This record gives sequence, C-alpha cells and structure tokens, in this order.
Amino acid sequence: MTTTNDNSFAVRAANVSRHYQMGAALIRAVDDISLEIRSGEFLALLGSSGSGKSTLLNMMAGLDRPTSGDIFAQGRNLREMTPLELARYRREAVGMVFQSFNLLPRMTLEENVELPLRLAEVDRSERAGRVREALERVRLEKRLAHRPSELSGGEQQRAALARALVNRPKLLFADEPTGNLDSATGEEIMRLLAEIQHSLGMTIVMVTHERPLADRFADRIAALADGKLVSDGINESVQRSEVQR
Amino acid sequence: MKSSDLGELAVRNLRESFLRNSLTTLGVAVGIASLVAMLSLGVGLQELASKRLSQSGLFDTVVVMSRANVRGFGRPPRDDSAPKQPSPPLDAAARKEMEKLPNVVEVYPQIRFITEARFADASYSAMVAGVPDSARTSGAFDGIDGRFFSSATADEAILQVEFAKDLSPQPSTLLGKDLVLRYAERQALGPQAGANDRTVLDANGATKPNTSGAKSNTAKTTDAAGSGFSIVPRQRKLRIVGIVETEPAAGFGGFGSGRLLIPLKVAETLRAAQANDLRDIVRGSGSESTFASLTVRVNKPSQVEAIETTIKSMGFSTFSLLDATRNLRIFFAVFDLLLAIFGSLALAVATLGIVNTLVMAILERRREIGILKALGAADRDVKQLFFVEAGVMGLLGGFLGVGFGWLIGQAVTFGTNVYLKQQNLPPAHVFSVPWWLVLGAIGFGVIVSLAAGLYPASRAARLNPVEALRYE
Repeated sequence: MTTTNDNSFAVRAANVSRHYQMGAALIRAVDDISLEIRSGEFLALLGSSGSGKSTLLNMMAGLDRPTSGDIFAQGRNLREMTPLELARYRREAVGMVFQSFNLLPRMTLEENVELPLRLAEVDRSERAGRVREALERVRLEKRLAHRPSELSGGEQQRAALARALVNRPKLLFADEPTGNLDSATGEEIMRLLAEIQHSLGMTIVMVTHERPLADRFADRIAALADGKLVSDGINESVQRSEVQR
Repeated sequence: MKSSDLGELAVRNLRESFLRNSLTTLGVAVGIASLVAMLSLGVGLQELASKRLSQSGLFDTVVVMSRANVRGFGRPPRDDSAPKQPSPPLDAAARKEMEKLPNVVEVYPQIRFITEARFADASYSAMVAGVPDSARTSGAFDGIDGRFFSSATADEAILQVEFAKDLSPQPSTLLGKDLVLRYAERQALGPQAGANDRTVLDANGATKPNTSGAKSNTAKTTDAAGSGFSIVPRQRKLRIVGIVETEPAAGFGGFGSGRLLIPLKVAETLRAAQANDLRDIVRGSGSESTFASLTVRVNKPSQVEAIETTIKSMGFSTFSLLDATRNLRIFFAVFDLLLAIFGSLALAVATLGIVNTLVMAILERRREIGILKALGAADRDVKQLFFVEAGVMGLLGGFLGVGFGWLIGQAVTFGTNVYLKQQNLPPAHVFSVPWWLVLGAIGFGVIVSLAAGLYPASRAARLNPVEALRYE
C-alpha cells in the first residue's frame, strides 16, 4: 500500500487521470493532473463547464476513482482503498457541499444534519448537541424543524454546510456552492466558508466557474481546461488582504 | 449504521410512498393469508382425522396374542433358525404384568361371542362385545342416542343401530326397555368333579341336570389329566340405555364388530364360552382360562412401538397399526405440502410485487442513495436499508396475512358447519391455526420479502454515487 508521510499536504494528486469511454470516443475528463493542497488551505478549482474540475473534486472526495495516478489523503492512497475504506474516509474525513444543496426533502433540517452522525454511528445522546452546534455555526439554529422546501436557497446551502461540518471533518469539498444562488447570497456563503476555514482550520477545495468569487476568497487558484491543469498559483489579493487583516 | 437507525430510516422511507408500500404489503398479506388458509385447512383436517382415529383406538393400542395362536391356518411355519421361545399363556397373570408396564393406560381382553338376545318374545342372533369403561371419555360414543353405561358393572346394553332396527323399526323407542341375553357360561371342572354337577343342553337349548351320568360330548370336555369345563346355559336381563348410529371404533382392536355392547366387566363376569375355549382344551391348559387376545392401550401412539417390543420380549405376539399411522402421517405431510405449494403461489406473486416496489424505489431514490453515499454510507448500509424496508413489509404483511388467514378459516368453518347441519351431520372444526403456523407464516413472510429485496438492495448498493448525484 502506498502512503505518504508528508503531513503538510492535506491532499496530493499525482499524475491523476480519469477517462471515460463514450462509444468509440475516449473522454479525458481529467488528464494527468498533479496537485498538492496544503492543510488549512482554501483552494479554488476554476474552470469552465466540462473542464474536469468536478471530476477531480469527486476523486479527491473519494466518490470516484482515478483511471491512473494516485491521490493521497489522510496518509493513504485513495486509489488503493477498498469501497468500505473509501466510505469511512468520506464519512470521517470529508464534508461535501453541492451546487444543488442535496438535502433530503422529506427530512427536517435537524434530521438532514443528523444523517452523517447516524452513518458514523454517533451515540444518540450526543447527536442533538452536535446538530445544534453545526446549525449555530451557519446561523440556522432556529430552523431546526423546518423542511428544506420551507427555506430559501441560501438557507438550504447553509444547512448543507452544517451537514458537511457536523462530523468535524478535516477536508471540505464544495462543488459550485454558489451556482444556484444569487450573487448576494453566494457571497454570504463564501464568507461563511472563509470563516469556517479560519475558525476551524479546515482545508477547503471549492469548484467554481466564477473567477471574482475565487479571487476574493480563495488562498490559491488552480485553473483547469480540457482536463488539464493550466495554471496554479497563490491568490495575491487574498494574501494581501490577509496581511492587512 | 446502527440497526435502530436503519429501522427508523426504513420506516420513514416506507411512510413516504404510503399508498404504494401499503398495496405491496397488502399483496404480501394476501399471499400469507392464502398460505395460512391452505395449511390451516390441512392441519384442521389432519387433526379431525387424528381425533377420529384416536377415538377409534386404532393407533394407541397393541393387540396381544399368545404366540401359539398366531401361526397356523394353513400357513407354513416361520423359517427362522432362532430358537423358539416358549409361549406363555395369555392369562390373568400376563394381563397384570402388562398393566404394570410404563405408559400402559389399560389392558383388557377382547370379549366377543355370538349369542342369542330375546326381545318382545322373539330371538335375535347377536355378536356381543365388551366395552371398556375408558370408552366413556374417549369420545367414541359422542354421537350416542341415549347414554353410555351408568357404571362399569351395570347390567345395561348399547345397541348398534342396525341391530336396534331389527328389534324395532323405531330404534329410539327401545331406550329404557329390557332384553334378555342368553349365553353359554363356561364353568371350570376339577378332575374329581361329579357327574351330577354338570349340566347339558337339551335339544331345545334349555338347561337340565345331567342325571343320567352319561358323558355328553356337547356338555362337558375333559383332557387326559381330567381337567376341563362344562357349558352352562345362562341368561341375563339387560336394560337398553343407548343406540349408536355408526359403529364406534369399528375395526381392528376395537369393539366395533359387536352389535350388542355391554360393559366389559359385565362381559367378563358372564364367563361366556368363546371360540378359544375349545383350543384351550385341546392344548391341555385345562380349567385355567386364557384370553384369545388382550388389548393394551398406551398413552400416545408414539409409545406403541416400545410397548410392542417389550411385550414381544415377554413371549407374546403383538399387532398394531403402527405402519398405518406412519402412512397416514406421510399422507398428511404430502397433503400439507401440496396445500402449501398452492398457497405459496399467491405469495410468489406478492414477492414480485415487492421486487417491483423496491426497484421503483431505487429509481425514485437514486439521488438520495447518491447523497447517502457522499455522506459516507457504505454499500452495505444502502443494501441493509433496502433489506430492512423489504423485511418490514414482509413482517407487516405476515401479521396481516395471519389475521386474514384466520378470518378465512372462520368463514370456511362457518360455511362447512352450515353445510354439515343441512346434511344432519355433527359440526366439525375443519380449520386449525396452531402457534407454529402463526410464527412460521410470519417468519416465512419476512424471509420471502428479504429474498425479494435481495436484487433491488444489491442494485441500490452498487449505484455509482457520482452518477446517482447527477440523476434528476
């Protein structure tokens, strides 16, 4: 089993490719990308639709496996993990936020946020406190008993964020978290992500096609085009504002 | 995921598509109900037949005969090299010995003799049979017109209806009337017995003292040692207390061949000459009376085999209908199996319903499965969730099905009894829902439902989370 002892990296992708066969055509969704994400870093994966950014995110989140190459996280090579180990990785180390929120419509907010705790077999007595804590963090503690359909888009995304945080993961993967929101609400969510990054010291990888948001909130921006990494660099503006802060 | 969480989520999911899941559960319930109804009918009929047969005394009795009695009748001797055991006499001592055996309820001789009954100045030939007092509670006389004997020693008679019809065209009018039984009593003779003690029958059948001192072949028999018995005509007045419609316990080991039934103890005190008396004389058993056969009744049919073995080791021949009970059990096992197969057809259809419901649920909940997997659910968790949903439907369907099956049983019993009443027949319980069937049916419902959930559950578990999340 391949492992990495370099704990300064939260996630490391080494020559990762993900190819799909579509009839006679071979689609290279991700093509030989190497990327290292440091612990506590806020990385924005920037690119247009079909650039491979979501595919790369899914592989780093343990939802998909690379066709070739390795992804190291938590000191383990995800490609070599069994399905059960990958599930545990997603459950314990990863929090995920999606563009379409992906809350279960028939459950209340409280039940939605409680779901990862059920999967992690957390004691029932401990759950209520953890759920409340997560919802307080996203300022939704008063909407416990509401169903997703009774919430605004921004509130739903905040609830999804609470669900992603409730198991206290080290990594947060966000796939176009502002894609379904208006710009003001999108900015609100971005502020929340940044706040979480700073207060909890989490590593955040966010997929977006909105350059301005990436420029304003990400520590580092990696741009993808046609499955390839075309640029990767420190976001100077954020660094400057950090210094000013 | 913890099982409590699995159960909670499964019930929640089932509630979401309430109508569809209810209809699927109802399908399972109908399947289980048909299975329960069929098997209950089989069990009920089996119990009915077993009850009748156990009442007949056919299967819990062993008929014991002296070994000397069994061979003969032109049959060649048994070809075995084993040394022949001496055959002890089947007498009162042997009877007592058998009574002491464990699990033996009673031992009684089969007393049957053909004699003459006089009623209303007319004579009728009748086979008299002794009835043990235990027949009072065995149910063999349940359908009696009148009553059973008031006591084991009462001078009373029960007539078989055909015989009663010979006596009177309206048999029920015979109840409470008397008839006279005329029979030949066997009296033991010692070697020194005087000729004057003996009686002979005259040409008309009347008793008269043998005053001439001449030996009469018909009246007295003696063996070489000088022992023997004489035949003395006797009569006994008996009150008719009951008439039985059908022959109770007709056939083997019972007293069914009798047309005139009297208490066994009374029959024993009559000491009526029987067919085996002449054989005793020929064999030189003398004045010691032996039984033609003894009926040994045991606690349960299952104990018959052990008792038979023990009695055989005592040197007697035995006969029971053990093989017949075995065949009967085989018959009902096959009968129940066939009923179960027919009953299961509805359950098979219901199984397809479960598969259909769960496959539909996978399509509908594809995205939900993707979310669960993204949140860290393992394939096993997803599979178990669908399994539990199938199991809950099976469990609820099982409970409902048993209830429906029981209701069907009540309806069938009611309908059957209405029909039986129209046919002037006593009511019968043709339906029986034992506990093992209730628990078995519910368990079977759950197992079948789980089997039905096997394919959908594994299909759900195999879903690719990325594709599932993309599904709209």
